[in-house]
Amino acid sequence: MVKEIWHAVIAAAVIAGVPMAATAQSGGTIKIGVLHSLSGTMAISETTLKDTILMMVDDMNKKGGLLGKKVEAAVVDPASNWPLFAEKARDLLSKEKVAAVFGCWTSVSRKSVLPVFEELNGLLFYPVQYEGEESSKNVFYTGAAPNQQAIPAVEYLMDNEGGAAKRWVLEGTDYVYPRTTNKILEAFLKSKGVAPEDIKINYTPFGHSDWQTEVAAIKSFASAGKKTAVVSTINGDANVPFYKELANAGIKASDIPVVAFSVGEEELAGIDTKNLVGHLAAWNYFQSVKNPTNEAFIKQWHDFIKNPKRVTNDPMEAHYIGFKMWEQAVRQAGTTDVDAVRQAMYGQKVKAPSGLVAVMNTNHHLSKPVMIGEIQANGQFDIVWQTKEAIKADAWSPYLPEDKGKIADWTYPWVCGNCTAPKYAD
Amino acid sequence: MGARRPSPAMRAMRERVLSTAKRVRVLLLSGLVLLAIVGASSAWADEFATLLSDLAGASFADKEKAVIALGRLGDERAVAVLTALKDGRLIKAPDGRILVSDAARLTDPITGTSVSGVAADDAERIRLNNRLRGTIEGALGELTLFSSDPAARLAAAQDALRHPSADQAALLERAIAAEQDTAIKAAMQQSLLASHLVAGSKAEKLAAVRALGGTTDPQIKNLLDQFRAAPDIDRDLRQAADSALASIQNRLRLVGLAASLFEGVSLGSVLLLAAIGLAITFGVMGVINMAHGEMIMLGAYAAYVCQQLFRAFLPPGWIDAYLVLAVPVAFIFTAGVGVLLERSVIRFLYGRPLETLLATWGASLILQQAVRSVFGSPNREVANPTWMTGGFDPIGGFTITWNRLAIIVFCLIVLGVLALILNRTSFGLHMRAVTQNRAMASVMGIRSARIDALTFGLGSGVAGMAGVALSQIGNVSPNLGTIYIVDSFLVVVFGGVGNLMGTLVGALSLGIANKFLEPVAGAILGKIVVLVAIILFIQRRPRGLFALKGRTAEAEA
Repeated sequence: MVKEIWHAVIAAAVIAGVPMAATAQSGGTIKIGVLHSLSGTMAISETTLKDTILMMVDDMNKKGGLLGKKVEAAVVDPASNWPLFAEKARDLLSKEKVAAVFGCWTSVSRKSVLPVFEELNGLLFYPVQYEGEESSKNVFYTGAAPNQQAIPAVEYLMDNEGGAAKRWVLEGTDYVYPRTTNKILEAFLKSKGVAPEDIKINYTPFGHSDWQTEVAAIKSFASAGKKTAVVSTINGDANVPFYKELANAGIKASDIPVVAFSVGEEELAGIDTKNLVGHLAAWNYFQSVKNPTNEAFIKQWHDFIKNPKRVTNDPMEAHYIGFKMWEQAVRQAGTTDVDAVRQAMYGQKVKAPSGLVAVMNTNHHLSKPVMIGEIQANGQFDIVWQTKEAIKADAWSPYLPEDKGKIADWTYPWVCGNCTAPKYAD
Repeated sequence: MGARRPSPAMRAMRERVLSTAKRVRVLLLSGLVLLAIVGASSAWADEFATLLSDLAGASFADKEKAVIALGRLGDERAVAVLTALKDGRLIKAPDGRILVSDAARLTDPITGTSVSGVAADDAERIRLNNRLRGTIEGALGELTLFSSDPAARLAAAQDALRHPSADQAALLERAIAAEQDTAIKAAMQQSLLASHLVAGSKAEKLAAVRALGGTTDPQIKNLLDQFRAAPDIDRDLRQAADSALASIQNRLRLVGLAASLFEGVSLGSVLLLAAIGLAITFGVMGVINMAHGEMIMLGAYAAYVCQQLFRAFLPPGWIDAYLVLAVPVAFIFTAGVGVLLERSVIRFLYGRPLETLLATWGASLILQQAVRSVFGSPNREVANPTWMTGGFDPIGGFTITWNRLAIIVFCLIVLGVLALILNRTSFGLHMRAVTQNRAMASVMGIRSARIDALTFGLGSGVAGMAGVALSQIGNVSPNLGTIYIVDSFLVVVFGGVGNLMGTLVGALSLGIANKFLEPVAGAILGKIVVLVAIILFIQRRPRGLFALKGRTAEAEA
């Protein structure tokens, strides 16, 4: 009996975990891999990204495919388990022989697959805003680097229009992205003349659910007379209890604005936003952007997912851009060969739903506009500020002393992601 | 008269679908409307109307000027306009008019009459940012100091504390003279003192410093700090400020202690709620129930479903009562799932802890994935009812939030009822009999299998109710259970297996220890310290705080 139950459990787990691993062998097809967690803690955010790629593939096949072939997505579930990401990536590259992989959310999962992609010369499109400090030959980073999100957001809050904040709370979840981002922000704030006693940095564990002490500490830190702002790199599940505590403790956005880097439309869907109006988020795209490309993107999403209430968000837009660029690069190269496609990627332009043209640079990062949005009662963002043009991503932050002089450029004469001198000097 | 129906007429004109006869009437009507508006504005609405249209200006700076001017105007109508702007209810109709939108109604703030025929989709909401929000609050504060609503007056009086000035002092003096309510008067007085601190004569300043020394408000401490730090400060004033600051500092320390204590009790009550169900299934029955967390999660989803049902089928006013339904629904549903789990799986595994552990863990995975399939993996929004939103400040300096207070009370009620069931009912008696000596209980005529199922159901049902409470402070997602399972086991093991009292004391002491450590060591280190302390404690006392003595304990070991 026990054995039977156990078998049933394993069977259920397997069925649940690998819902649509592709079976057909490629003849007239091009395979791409989708490496997003469909179970575990990150499923909340990553499932939507899997659906985005499936939507793009579906759309492309309807329009006649790529290079005369049908495109097929091989979907695997790394289950929010970082080592499993590397295993699944290896499967995708060596067994499924995919032409490109779209995947990962957390930085730790990206770090886990990086050696696999470099060893097997694969191609990864990484769609999430991250801490920078990286430029791999085998990864295209379509999310924001710190200078496309964190720095402009802080500059906005320092500005008169954003409330002229003088005191700063950097509140984050304890892992690599918040730690690195806060290191950059701290250096940036100090370079702008903010005194060390006006900066408070605090970290909490993943899934932190009891925010009473932190919120009370923020409140008392803010009562020191200078305008205070909170920069939140809190990730995942910890956000809902944080915002609930914030609202109930009576912290209003006009007193202490909170700007978040990991809270988008999808995350807001799980929160009652009535008492959060005015708190901010910084991204390169919001669903509320008004332009024809975005309207078409939202309509395509609603038609594909068959639910007009589902929201779009920044990482989805990043995948949209990444997929379109890959498609263009494959057409230009006339092949899905990784090296040829990589060369063709440089300078690719895509009209993005954000309203501007996104460009792929030779440091494997995008030029994108930066937007600050205010949370509204309906769970959407009002854009209160945005850059007039696209900002080019810095892989290495100029504010960190250890990054001084580091260049990421994968074209001649540099051909390097982390060098202080060109590889090919005359 | 004609002002009542301006925009159906205009829309009708735009659509050009009317018969000629109708069209003539429409023209007449709209002519009347135009006359009425022109007449009104030239007579008394000139400046107000201009400022109103400025509110829809292109830049935030223009809007800000208009808000300040509106506040200075002293026009009654400005309150409605500014409140609407602050709440995002001020819209610009396609024809350029600024309208206040209220639930289903649109009002023209100039005439105060309701307007129909402007589709919500065509109108553009007037946007604002945080700076503007602050300005509006300031302007509203000045306007509402004389409001007829006491709550608004109190809020305005407290708000005045944040921007003390000479203008403000004059305004407050007038307000105090007119005020009847003593509580509001006291708040106004305090704000007035703060204004004196900024702009007053030396005597006024000295009196203000001495009077303000008796508060615990961090805002006042901060004002005094700034006052003390001014370079050109008088010697008497400096001494007075020093002693006032010292007494505030002392009081704030006590307030901080009280705050930590409350936070600790609150965290303890959350832990207790999460662990009570486990205290029954694991503590009393001895089943290592890894699916316990999923029972909590199912309870939270039951709350979500109840909320959606209320939203869909009942009038909006009822939504605040959804929790009343959610608690019994969650209990019955999760108890049912618990009974099913016990009957179908666990009853075959009594006495085999390792296999129970694996089977219940499997069940937890299945339940998680089932919820993910039904509701999807993103979080679900469960809103606090109005009466559980916000908080109050009992002594100045720390906020007790209503939802946390409600959870503490709810937790004590659940614990009390459970203790009564266990100790005062025949079911409780049977339950204890079966768990203490199954064979003997059966011989005495107790249907032990039925009692097992019901006990497991009770434990699961209590977990479900905990889920309803936890939905009020955290996420409602398929992973909800995994967050609480480790803490729940920790509490039960620490408190002593098989003992509700132990669970209570265990949960509260863990909560309080955590909250007193957190400000000192930080959230992460604090957690580690508590964990290490528990491990050491279990080494010394393997049976926890309240160990059961005698034969029972032997039988369970």
